[in-house]
Amino acid sequence: TALPCNSYECSLSKCIKNNSIALSAVSASLRDICVSCALHRKNLAAAGPEKFTVEFIQKQAEEFNIGKRHLANMMGEDPESFTQEDIDRSIAYLFPSGLFDKKARPLMKHPEEIFPKQRAIQWGADRRPFHFLFYTGKQMYYSVMHCQKMSHQKHTSPFQYSLRMLTRVSISSLGTSRWFTKEELEALLVETISTHDYNHFIQLMERLLSLPYCATEVEFVLRYRRQLEAPSAKRIVPLLQRDEWGVAFSTSDGCRKTSNCSVVLRECGSGCITINGQNYLHYFPTLQDREQLMFPFQFTGMLGRFDLECTVSGGGRSSQAGALRLATSRALLSFLSEREAENMRQAGLLTPDPRVRERKKPGQEGARRKFTWNKR
Amino acid sequence: MATRALAKGFLGLRLSRVVPIRFFCGGHQYATAAPVHSAQPENDIVTEKILNEPLENPDFFRVSELFSLKDLFDARVHLGHKKGCRHRLMEPYLYGCRLDQDIIDLDQTVEHLQQALNFTAHIAYRGGIILFVSRRRQFSHLVECTAKDCGEYAHARYWQGGLLTNAPVQYGPGVRLPDLIIFLSTLNNVFQQHVGIRDAAKLNIPTVGVVDSNCNPSLVTYPVPGNDDTPAAMELYCRLFKMTINRAKDKRRRMERIYSLLAPSTKHIMAI
Repeated sequence: TALPCNSYECSLSKCIKNNSIALSAVSASLRDICVSCALHRKNLAAAGPEKFTVEFIQKQAEEFNIGKRHLANMMGEDPESFTQEDIDRSIAYLFPSGLFDKKARPLMKHPEEIFPKQRAIQWGADRRPFHFLFYTGKQMYYSVMHCQKMSHQKHTSPFQYSLRMLTRVSISSLGTSRWFTKEELEALLVETISTHDYNHFIQLMERLLSLPYCATEVEFVLRYRRQLEAPSAKRIVPLLQRDEWGVAFSTSDGCRKTSNCSVVLRECGSGCITINGQNYLHYFPTLQDREQLMFPFQFTGMLGRFDLECTVSGGGRSSQAGALRLATSRALLSFLSEREAENMRQAGLLTPDPRVRERKKPGQEGARRKFTWNKR
Repeated sequence: MATRALAKGFLGLRLSRVVPIRFFCGGHQYATAAPVHSAQPENDIVTEKILNEPLENPDFFRVSELFSLKDLFDARVHLGHKKGCRHRLMEPYLYGCRLDQDIIDLDQTVEHLQQALNFTAHIAYRGGIILFVSRRRQFSHLVECTAKDCGEYAHARYWQGGLLTNAPVQYGPGVRLPDLIIFLSTLNNVFQQHVGIRDAAKLNIPTVGVVDSNCNPSLVTYPVPGNDDTPAAMELYCRLFKMTINRAKDKRRRMERIYSLLAPSTKHIMAI
């Protein structure tokens, strides 16, 4: 009885030993698997935004160029002279999209414009960093501050007095521009900037501009300013035409709420206004509407000079009057100088009124009015 | 003294290390220092000669000729803070106290400054990365210009916590840390010891620091007792460090040219 037990025990012990080895191996591998899973999860969270290597971007650029040529062949055009506008036109033709958001529509652009700009490795083969402010962590931002400080010193040190005599103050080029926003500065420097740093940067730039004789630093300053488009540049002045009797006239349109109108403004007139064939006194019995009609002339001081022929449709009396006022002001632009036109713009005569009727919402009685609140 | 020997020992180790080998193990990346393998025996001998020649002479770069005690006095290096601001550990370096103002012993300063400049020159000769640190806002531009002129690095701005201790996360994997940090002022804007001194000591990076009478010189490898508030003194220090570094780099270039002429069979010697 002992023998079989022994053999069983031996075999059992052997089994246990083998199993223990196998178990330990399995458990070790299990442990490895578990450990690596946990660590992978942690790494993904801390990794940050996806980083693209230089080779990847280059490959994408090559693919883009090949795709551009294929697209040109498809559209039957010359692959050599296929510009970005042609690409946009072809994509809009081949993939028509009804989506409202322009950024959601299919696009084909160079990878430089699509992938966010990232900084390449900052050190060379001997692992010495390229930039002398690398160890600050924010090398681009601090290099800008360093240049600012140099400009400051140039103008506040007493030894530059002779140079100062040569450069007079004239910062007219800064007239229509604003400082870069924090986002624009981050995009320029390819570096994240905190709000405190940005405010400090703006403060120092303002101080630089307040120093006398800082005209030499204008180019440095302009690098961090964005030019604003002057509203006068965008204004479309209607054409001044002449009819068979040599009388100058101009045509323009106007709208307000649901009214649309078209106006012909004739010179050498006596201030007689015709709306839809009727005299304006008959069409607008209310004083308020007639005042609205006269306002452009009264503002520019040209009350008795012009004749007005208008056609108006849609809306009520007040909105028709507003539409006519806008159309008259636009037509008047072709008879006025730049300064008077700017005065009209500042008076609000050239701005179309954006107010339209707000829709009624479900669960409410009107656009804003809610149902009467009942306690029970 | 022990720290300096240690620092030199570690320096030797650090500089002889080649690009570390990376291998993957269960999804992790490990980096170990690979053993030094010589590309060519001739190259090795020449580089060894270039590296060992400065060590034979105590003042190979002749830094003692760069300044004299009179220069230090004229630049008002001997002026310390008031008696109440004195740090206990700075008492050995003080000459005395006059009208409540501490006067720093310029004899000791001369010795310490010579040692510091000699060490800086050796580091620059071996192509080490030198970082100038100062948190004094009135001299930040001067420090940055000095660093730019010698081709080294500067940090005269707000010191973020993990710049040295959390370097792979801060800058990117595989970054090389500075081999020497020069503190032109060991205090920060709230008159506490600069975090960089403690971090450099943690990471075995040797430091050279200008310690004023209100500073703690214990963790600095090569303290230089002197004034850190006067513009004249700061300009003197910047000028001296710039001159030593440029001198050391020129010397290195000349040695390489000499040895390449002597042994024309060897290929282009890479500067380590």
